[in-house]
Amino acid sequence: MIPVCHLDDLPEGESVRVPTEPPIAVFRTEEALYAIDDTCSHQDASLSEGWLEGCLVECPLHAAMFDLRTGQPTCLPARRPVRTHRVSVDDSGFVHVEVAAGAAGAAGTAAAVAAARAVGEGVSA
Amino acid sequence: MRTVAVVGASLAGLYAARALRAQGYDGRLVIIGDEIHRPYDRPPLSKEFLTGAMAEDQLALSDAEEESELDAEWLLGVRAQGLDTRGRTIRLDSGRTVSADGVVIATGATPRRLPGTTGTAGSAHLRGVHTLRTLDDARALRAELTTGQPVQVVVVGGGFIGSEVASSCVALGHHVTVVEAAPLPLLPQLGDAMATICAALHADHGVELVTGTGVTALRGTDTVTGVLLDDGRLLPADVVVVGIGAVPGTRWLKGSALALRDGVLCDDGGVTTLPQVVAVGDVARVGSSRAEHWTNATEQPAAAVRNLLAGRTVETARPLPYFWSDQYGVRIQFAGRRLPCCTVRITEGSTDERSFLAVYEREGVTVGTLALNRPRPFMRLRRELARGCRTPAAAAAAAAAAAAAAAV
Ligand SMILES: Cc1cc2nc3c(=O)[nH]c(=O)nc-3n(C[C@H](O)[C@H](O)[C@H](O)COP(=O)(O)OP(=O)(O)OC[C@H]3O[C@@H](n4cnc5c(N)ncnc54)[C@H](O)[C@@H]3O)c2cc1C
Ligand code: FES
Repeated sequence: MIPVCHLDDLPEGESVRVPTEPPIAVFRTEEALYAIDDTCSHQDASLSEGWLEGCLVECPLHAAMFDLRTGQPTCLPARRPVRTHRVSVDDSGFVHVEVAAGAAGAAGTAAAVAAARAVGEGVSA
Repeated sequence: MRTVAVVGASLAGLYAARALRAQGYDGRLVIIGDEIHRPYDRPPLSKEFLTGAMAEDQLALSDAEEESELDAEWLLGVRAQGLDTRGRTIRLDSGRTVSADGVVIATGATPRRLPGTTGTAGSAHLRGVHTLRTLDDARALRAELTTGQPVQVVVVGGGFIGSEVASSCVALGHHVTVVEAAPLPLLPQLGDAMATICAALHADHGVELVTGTGVTALRGTDTVTGVLLDDGRLLPADVVVVGIGAVPGTRWLKGSALALRDGVLCDDGGVTTLPQVVAVGDVARVGSSRAEHWTNATEQPAAAVRNLLAGRTVETARPLPYFWSDQYGVRIQFAGRRLPCCTVRITEGSTDERSFLAVYEREGVTVGTLALNRPRPFMRLRRELARGCRTPAAAAAAAAAAAAAAAV
């Protein structure tokens, strides 16, 4: 489990880049928290810098879109998924990421976890 | 339509083929390309491919699965040599012809060469002198840059490709000089203030930038040894890379009925003077402007193909210009249309850090934006520009309209 930040420091519609190897991007949408590999599966761009719209993030370089829930690209030029990672929020409201093992899409882990509103109830994914 | 021929098997040609199938065209699809390679991506050629950070197989624009879905006949290593005046028959260099009811012209652009460096009559071809457009060009250049010895590289032309090559050569440990004929590189694209900052990136990394002087001649008998400048200076060189712009690939269209003027002239929808012929990408002058950018080549085809299938212009194909460049670890992004009368100001970050967002304004209206290492705010502004929310007034009007709609 990798500590990311406090939920208060990640407002809705924002994202944060976790400098793991490879780096991970954590997003907070209206609904939930999601974590995917930060580096676009197309070329060299950081998805945490992308444009968040619902459950999709648009890459800031060539506008490929990825579904945060599955890591799958929904349009070109990306053709390969990015890995998704489990996110949880602990009792104190701190966000953690559990790095998925293996290659993109292989683990088949559920992406969407820990709805922001679950905080305080101590629910974790 | 029973047969559509796409001429040019690269970025714009592939996106046109995809668009044809995506829009329900199920007839015969012939893709003609004079390179022997399957479509590959050019931007990395001056960047990650040159430095070795990206391998050749990562350049592919498509894969076997997609190619089989496209269900196209690929004529690769075959050059189109002419289009008849009705725009229906393409003559190939093999002597064959291809007849089609619809033609997509996607023949891109080829590098301008320095006089005296081509193999054409009367001038010698010097080893060590390169242009960079194709994978074969990049392989040849890379081979000379990876012999293990630091060499003296002279890059002629300080535009985006020249600057990227300079940056990659530095990363490979070579000594680099950039020669630019204009007083400042990228002046027409970026304007004085921003061009000055981009030019400074060279000095940041120990690359000498020589401006305001052209190249008189290249020196050497078999292999290049130096570059003679207009001001009389002789720059020693083991490798010379010429990046002085590109010319649209329209030569094969001479004698056709198409109007050619620095590209294939098209209306706003990419339709040429013949309704069954459209042009896309670097070769196309769409609605009086021609772009040589990746995103343009990927965004134009959908509309052009729709118009081709409709037999008339039903959709326009003039996306907001956008390009990026990676140099010396700095990502440069530009979007919009800068005019000479624009003013520019930094709205975020600082030029000293080489990380900032700048906006170009005309009469208080934002018409373009430039970012160095600021992808996030750049993206926000680029989207706003694309949506046409250019003025506070327009934004306010849109907000008011949205509020009114919500109130109903
Ligand atoms: C080194 C390099 C770096 C670049 N970096 C960037 C960047 O960072 N950002 C950016 O926005 N853009 C960049 N670009 C520009 C971008 O790659 C082009 O805009 C894009 O490739 C245009 O696509 P196209 O399909 O129109 O033309 P092209 O990619 O030029 O393809 C045209 C194809 O048609 C073929 N052809 C030509 N004539 C004939 C004929 N008569 N018969 C058959 N085939 C023919 C050509 O061989 C070629 O394969 C770069 C370009 C280069 C060369
Ligand atoms: S790097 Fe993300 S779409 Fe190209």
